[in-house]
Amino acid sequence: MSVSSVVWLTLGTAYFVIPLVATLLFSLQSGKNFSYNLSAYGQVIHDHQFWKTLRLSFVLSVETIVISLVLLVPTAYWVHLKLPRLRPYIEFLTILPFVVPPIILVVGLLKLYNGTVHAPIWFLESPYTFLVSAYVVLSFPYVYRSLDAGFRAIDIHTLTEASQSLGAPWRTTLGRVILPNIRAAALGGAFLTLAIVMGEFTIASLALFSTFPTYINLVNSEKVYEAAALSLISFGITWAAMLGLLAVGGGPGRRRAAAGAAD
Amino acid sequence: MGPKGPRRLGHLVTAESADVERPGPNGSGRRRLPLAWLGVVPFFAYAFAFLLLPSAVVLIGAFQDGEGGYTTKNVSEVIHTHQYLNAYRTSIEISLVTAVAGGLLGLLMAYAVVRAGTPRWIRPTLTTFSGVAANFAGVPLAFAFIATLGTLGIVTKFLDEHLGFNPYQHGFSLFTFTGVCLVYLYFQIPLMILVIAPALDGLRVEWREASANLGGNDIHYWRHIGLPVLLPSIIGAVVLLFGNAFSAYATAYALTGGAVNLVPLIIGQNIGGDVLSNPHLSEALAFGMIVVIAVSMVLYALLQRRASRWMR
Repeated sequence: MSVSSVVWLTLGTAYFVIPLVATLLFSLQSGKNFSYNLSAYGQVIHDHQFWKTLRLSFVLSVETIVISLVLLVPTAYWVHLKLPRLRPYIEFLTILPFVVPPIILVVGLLKLYNGTVHAPIWFLESPYTFLVSAYVVLSFPYVYRSLDAGFRAIDIHTLTEASQSLGAPWRTTLGRVILPNIRAAALGGAFLTLAIVMGEFTIASLALFSTFPTYINLVNSEKVYEAAALSLISFGITWAAMLGLLAVGGGPGRRRAAAGAAD
Repeated sequence: MGPKGPRRLGHLVTAESADVERPGPNGSGRRRLPLAWLGVVPFFAYAFAFLLLPSAVVLIGAFQDGEGGYTTKNVSEVIHTHQYLNAYRTSIEISLVTAVAGGLLGLLMAYAVVRAGTPRWIRPTLTTFSGVAANFAGVPLAFAFIATLGTLGIVTKFLDEHLGFNPYQHGFSLFTFTGVCLVYLYFQIPLMILVIAPALDGLRVEWREASANLGGNDIHYWRHIGLPVLLPSIIGAVVLLFGNAFSAYATAYALTGGAVNLVPLIIGQNIGGDVLSNPHLSEALAFGMIVVIAVSMVLYALLQRRASRWMR
């Protein structure tokens, strides 16, 4: 290894590891004498709000993943099979959430679906409708790009024709031939979506919902050690999602879909 | 195919009516039927309702007055208000600084990993970590840095107690422009690593060997081969980083509250706040953001197209 490689990698590692170690040490402190113990973590896991918001964020992630896949898998399949001319339009629409970031999307959604003219009030009031509708949009770039790469890698024309010449109806073709072949791509997109939704703060906080990230922010205003503990837990969740991504073979080194947008 | 479709169907309706009911196994080989479009309707409907329509509402709202008439008053208010112009300048400066610095550091780290001689296990470790760090933005990231370099942060206290150097007495603060840049780099550098690594893989060993065979040294190689090949990818990636930092809200919000004057923070304050003199102001501010990001994304797409010539 050359000297410059060692220098840059060491500096980089220090920059990325020190905040994590410092956060860990900070979260282990408590009280005025700064003794080290696990009390901040004890406080956190005995806080009813912690479990409530964590569960909400997780359910929102799962719902987002399901809707996003139900929407995008057939679309990506159909476009690759029958309507290749539409591909640029779909690509444009799925990259658009980068141009219209969450802070702007929420302005539009709040104005449009405010319960007065365009949409029923329950849509705005429930996180399962309002937040998920936005999160599915945020997941578009990651899920579609992952699926697109998956569909490029297999010969869907041959698979489809083989399946149909054996008499399979469309449902069987999609469910038992195509889906197993793009499972890794779909799971990869799902894990990225999980990481994004579990950490999404902008839309949730401005639409006044209590999700896991807004809970962390709330805790910080009174209990800083607990907030550090929660930050580390949140990092662990992102880490777990990325390991999941790696395990299904869609590692960030191979697929650029993992290149995230900051929140 | 849009305008031609129905007319074609008129001629061939009997021949293909069976396919209209249920596309046959050879559907892909035959002339495409208008009904195939139905397959993408759900996606387009969803994108229309929850992406295009909200965006359009923001864009149109930027040019509307309180009564629904059209006006350029909102946009001109943004342009003529010192605080808003300053916010754009600060947002652009932070995005530029973190895009260039993050781009450079990310490039150096990515190159250190892909070049020959670096142990193989480092690369997957770094890319996986980059995947995590690039997505680990927002509130937890801000708090991690407050726990590290805040006034009572672990590193701040360590420097103060053991080295007699308190950065806060020497002009440093985490809750300023410098601090925000330092925190943003935590997701900018990994994003650069993820985006640029495939381009670095595209540098063929043969090119370096050819250069050496012709008597070229390292400087010649980079000056005439490496850099020209990489440049579109590098600039494209830096533009992507710029847009990434420019649209970030949560990290800056959790870190500074509103102490650093950024466009997304002002929009956020306007949504939640009651201080609104002009309800269309946040839309006008958002319009400006979309313009900046759209320009950078178009630039990114153009550079990406140029860069991809070397990546096949």
